[in-house]
Amino acid sequence: MNYDIVIIGGGPAGLAAALGARESGKASILIIERERELGGILNQCIHTGFGLTTFNEELTGPEYTQRFIEEVEGKNITVMLQTMVIEITKEKQITAMNIERGCFLIEAKAIVLAMGCRERPRGALNIPGYRPAGIYSAGTAQQYVNVEGRMPGKEVVILGSGDIGLIMARRLTLEGAKVKLVAEILPYSSGLKRNIVQCLDDYQIPLRLSHTVVAIDGKDRVKGVTIAKVDERLQPIKGTEEYISCDTLLLSVGLIPENELSAMLSVTFNPSTGGAIVYENLETSVAGVFACGNVLHVHDLVDNVSAEARFAGKYAAEYLNRTMEEELAVIPLYAGEGIRYTVPNQLRISRLEEQTIVRFRVNKPCSNAYLCIYFNDIRVDRKSKRNITPGEMGQIIINKKDISKYPKINQITITMEDK
Amino acid sequence: METRVFTCIRCPMGCELTASISEHGVITVKGNACIRGEQYAKKELINPLRVLTTTVRVIGGIQALVPVRTRGEIPKEKIMDGIRQLKQIQVKAPIQIGEVVVENLVDSGVAVIATKTVRKRE
Repeated sequence: MNYDIVIIGGGPAGLAAALGARESGKASILIIERERELGGILNQCIHTGFGLTTFNEELTGPEYTQRFIEEVEGKNITVMLQTMVIEITKEKQITAMNIERGCFLIEAKAIVLAMGCRERPRGALNIPGYRPAGIYSAGTAQQYVNVEGRMPGKEVVILGSGDIGLIMARRLTLEGAKVKLVAEILPYSSGLKRNIVQCLDDYQIPLRLSHTVVAIDGKDRVKGVTIAKVDERLQPIKGTEEYISCDTLLLSVGLIPENELSAMLSVTFNPSTGGAIVYENLETSVAGVFACGNVLHVHDLVDNVSAEARFAGKYAAEYLNRTMEEELAVIPLYAGEGIRYTVPNQLRISRLEEQTIVRFRVNKPCSNAYLCIYFNDIRVDRKSKRNITPGEMGQIIINKKDISKYPKINQITITMEDK
Repeated sequence: METRVFTCIRCPMGCELTASISEHGVITVKGNACIRGEQYAKKELINPLRVLTTTVRVIGGIQALVPVRTRGEIPKEKIMDGIRQLKQIQVKAPIQIGEVVVENLVDSGVAVIATKTVRKRE
C-alpha cells in the first residue's frame, strides 16, 4: 500500500493537516486513526469554548470537529479507523494493524505526526498510599461521564488546576457530585482564567493554590486525601496538613506528548516540550517527517492546533516536490529570559515564508513585560504585554525582511523581560 | 455608585473588567480589550448568563449519550433546573447534529440542541 502523505492521528491536528495538504496539491493522503471515529479528544469535550478564532463562534468540541470532518469528506482523503500504527522506520515504512487486514505495511513519501498527548498519571507524582479504586486522571473521568454516562464518584477532590481539571469540576457538579476543592501545587493556576470563573467560581468550588495532596487514604476505595500547603520549593510544610474526606481523586497534572512512534524514527526531541525539535516548516530532524498539534507541544486552544497543523500538512505536500536534500544555512531559535520554549526551534533562511509564526510559553506569570526578539545581541522587536501566564500559549511573528537586513545572524532569541 | 470586578469569560484572554453602575443606572466598563468584554460585564452585573452543556440519554443509538447545549445563553441561576429537566428525558436515535432536543428549557425561551450526530444501532 502506497500513499504520498500519511497522517498519523485523526484528531484536530490530523484533520487540519489533511486539509492543509489537500489545499497544496493532488497528493494521495491517508489518515490513520486508532479510535472508532475521527475527532480525537474533542469528542469528549462537550463544553463550549472551541472555534473562537477559527470560526468566530463558540462551539463545543464535537461541533468543532464535525466542521473539519465535513471538510475532509469529499476531498479524496482516505481514512482508516480502528487502525493502530505500531512501527515507523526512517525509510517511511509504516506498520499498522486493524481487524480487517491484520498487520500490514504502508509506504509513505511524507509523514505527519499528529498523535496528540496523554495525561500524566499518578505514578509520575509519588503520592504515598495504597492503590484504591477512585483515582482517575481528569480526562478518563471526562470519558466516563460524557461518553459512557457513568459517574466516577460522589465526593471529589481534584489535584491540579489544568483546564481539564477545571472543566471536570463543573461537569461533576452538574451531574450531582460534590467537588470539595481543587488543589494546585503552584502559586498560580495553569488553567485559563475564564475556566476558573465559569467552572469554579460559578459553583463556589474552592481553589487552593500552593497546596498538594500528600497522602491518599483508603485501601479498596478512596476514603479521603490529606492536603498540605507547600513552600517556595514546592515542599509540603509540616503542620499545614488537612484531611478531606472523599471517594474520588481526579488528577489534572499535565499532559505528555505521545511520541513513542517519533522515538522509533529517532527524531531529535526538545526536553522542554517533550515533542520533536522542528524547523520553520514543522519538519522534524528526519527529512519528510512533520509534527503538529499536541504531539509537538501541548496546546491550550484547539484553534491553535488547527492553524499549526494546516501548515504542517501544507509543508508535507511541498516536501513531495523536493528533489534532493541539501545542506541549508540554519539559524537556531532560542528561548531566552522568561521563555520556557519556542516552536519552531530552527529556521532555514532559504525556506522561510514572509512571516514565520513562533509559538511560545513563558516560564512564570508576567504582567507588564516586554516580549522581545534578538538577532544575535541586537534587539529588533519589542512589544508590550499586559498579562501572560505559563498556561497561555503566546505567539510572535518573525519577518523574513527583517532577517535579510542582518546578514550575519547566527542565532535568534525570544525573551520576556520585566519593564 | 456600585462597582464590581469581573474576569471576562468571552475569550481565553480573561481581561479583568471593572464595571460601575451609577444611580441613574448607567453602566461603565473599564479594562476590556474588546467590545465583547463590555457586553459581558453589563450582563454579568444585571443578569449573568451562561451556555449550558451536558448530555442526554439515547435509546437505540451507537452510543449511550448525545452531547447537547443550549442554543443561546440562559440565566445562570436556571442552570441546575435545566440540568434536572434534561436528566429526565431520553431521545431516540438517529439524532442529527443541530437537531432540537428540547424546545424551551426551563421557560428560558432557549432551545437545547444536539452537538453530535448519533447513528442508530444496527
